[in-house]
Amino acid sequence: MTKTAERRPIADAAVHPVPAPPPAGGRRRRRLLDQACAYAFLLGGLVCFALFSWYPAIRAVVIAFQKYTPGSKPQWVGTANFTRVLHDPEFGAAWRNTLTFTLLALLVGFAVPFLLALVLNELRHAKAFFRVVVYLPVMIPPVVSALLWKWFYDPGAGLANETLRFLHLPTSNWSNGTDTALISLVIVATWANMGGTVLIYLAALQSIPGELYEAAELDGANLLQRVRHVTVPQTRFVILMLMLLQIIATMQVFTEPFVITGGGPESATVTVLYLIYKYAFLYNDFGGACALSVMLLVLLGAFSALYLRLTRTEGDTA
Amino acid sequence: MSTRTLISPATLARPRGRAIYWTVFAAVVVLFALAFLFPVYWMVTGAMKSPDEVARTPPTLVPHDWHLGGYTDAWDLMQLPQHLGNTLVQAAGAWAFQLVFCTAAAYALSRLRPAFGKVILGGILATLMVPAQAMVVPKYLTVADLPLIHTSLLNDPLGIWLPAVANAFNLYLLKRFFDQLPREVMEAAEIDGAGRLRTLWSVVLPMSRPVLGVVSIFALVAVWQDFLWPLMVFSDTDKQPISVTLVQLSQNIQLTVLIAAMVIASIPMVALFLVFQRHIIAGISAGSTKG
Repeated sequence: MTKTAERRPIADAAVHPVPAPPPAGGRRRRRLLDQACAYAFLLGGLVCFALFSWYPAIRAVVIAFQKYTPGSKPQWVGTANFTRVLHDPEFGAAWRNTLTFTLLALLVGFAVPFLLALVLNELRHAKAFFRVVVYLPVMIPPVVSALLWKWFYDPGAGLANETLRFLHLPTSNWSNGTDTALISLVIVATWANMGGTVLIYLAALQSIPGELYEAAELDGANLLQRVRHVTVPQTRFVILMLMLLQIIATMQVFTEPFVITGGGPESATVTVLYLIYKYAFLYNDFGGACALSVMLLVLLGAFSALYLRLTRTEGDTA
Repeated sequence: MSTRTLISPATLARPRGRAIYWTVFAAVVVLFALAFLFPVYWMVTGAMKSPDEVARTPPTLVPHDWHLGGYTDAWDLMQLPQHLGNTLVQAAGAWAFQLVFCTAAAYALSRLRPAFGKVILGGILATLMVPAQAMVVPKYLTVADLPLIHTSLLNDPLGIWLPAVANAFNLYLLKRFFDQLPREVMEAAEIDGAGRLRTLWSVVLPMSRPVLGVVSIFALVAVWQDFLWPLMVFSDTDKQPISVTLVQLSQNIQLTVLIAAMVIASIPMVALFLVFQRHIIAGISAGSTKG
């Protein structure tokens, strides 16, 4: 804060040279040179952002209202893309699956890491071991994790069913059953991504002042009450942040359904991003793909804005 | 290190507390080994089983006889050297481009006071609100036919490298770090007659080693792990990175060979992690508490 306040007069003078006393020719040239130099440094980054972030974002909205196939002239079609996409029988399934996936991922991918972090924080030995091991799956390429679990889920010699048989439990269809496919994918995603969440929780837990637990214990709070009244309120901000991040990430799920189930069985695992991919590369219908992208962008943009707003306020008060 | 946590040290010191502690400790060790290490073990040894053995029920915990054939077959049949090389080129280029362009831009925004600097920074930060994966289709169309110059970057590593530069998170990380460097040092360099580039190279960059390390790891890991974007960019099978090749060949190749290829594809990032785990883990933990 103080840094920007301190710098503002100079920056303003650079932007609005008018109120300053009429500069001598040498000073103006100097200033122009400074600007040219600054822009020389900015150029590469600026071009990349313009080409690969700003322009595509605007273009997505434009193409959503066009009939667009690469190579031919785009035609304006109004909201035809949106109506076509909305009437696709897979549209409802894709959104339902995506939202269910996100919800399940929140339930599983939230409770489990929090509990793990809570337990790990109490352990006083082999801390480095736990941290490395829990983060190991994150470093395995997502494609490899997906293929690995596809093999585990194999109804024949898959490890998942072998384990159930070993424990004398009924076997499951896993990723091949219409009712179990989605949860099977959630398990993969949770296994692969949990490490980061656990580590962030662990850091948050370590920043809780010990006196709070001491005071609570003196007041007669038992273990569960201490978790409820000290741990959870103290980590609420991190919980909220991670929840938003996870919603944003899981609503864009693609690799797991693409690799493990191919959207099946019977569109049970078609997600919104998968449908976007299908429209673009299977149907060659880029108008429809962009219409879907815009819908996803609007929804996720709201969550991202909320996330950025919250992190920024926190950063300012810190 | 002995800060008070949920359970007081006094409770833990009692015999009953100690017994519970060691039971929980053992349970967590077993759980972690089963959940996170065992799948990796299963993958590494699965590739060493014979094709018959890997399909056998019940499965064998330890391979009956160890074959390295899976690994050598994967190396040759799936042309792994080529695809690993492609991935390496893509990741290294994305890293270099990001480091050069993002650092330069962050330095300009932080120190050189360009006109409209705040507007530009705002525009860059605004892209953080646009979820990356949801943008891939319009981005693909742009890469397939660049505006004004009408060239296609499809099947070209530049199609990975240039979009990687548009990384608002890394750029902002660098800018924030440059903002915090003491002004006096830079002013002193200027008085000594150092130009902008010289100040960046000899003063700012040496002081920025920690943040450059973090950005480097983020950049490398992101490209190595990505799947959807390279799947779209590289239709030419000879140029595909390992992640795309694995998925495309997974249907038609013997299971042991595929598993071996999966192991080989995982080695570089896992090795990177094991070498730099201290820094990577510290980075993740620090990122959260700073907010």
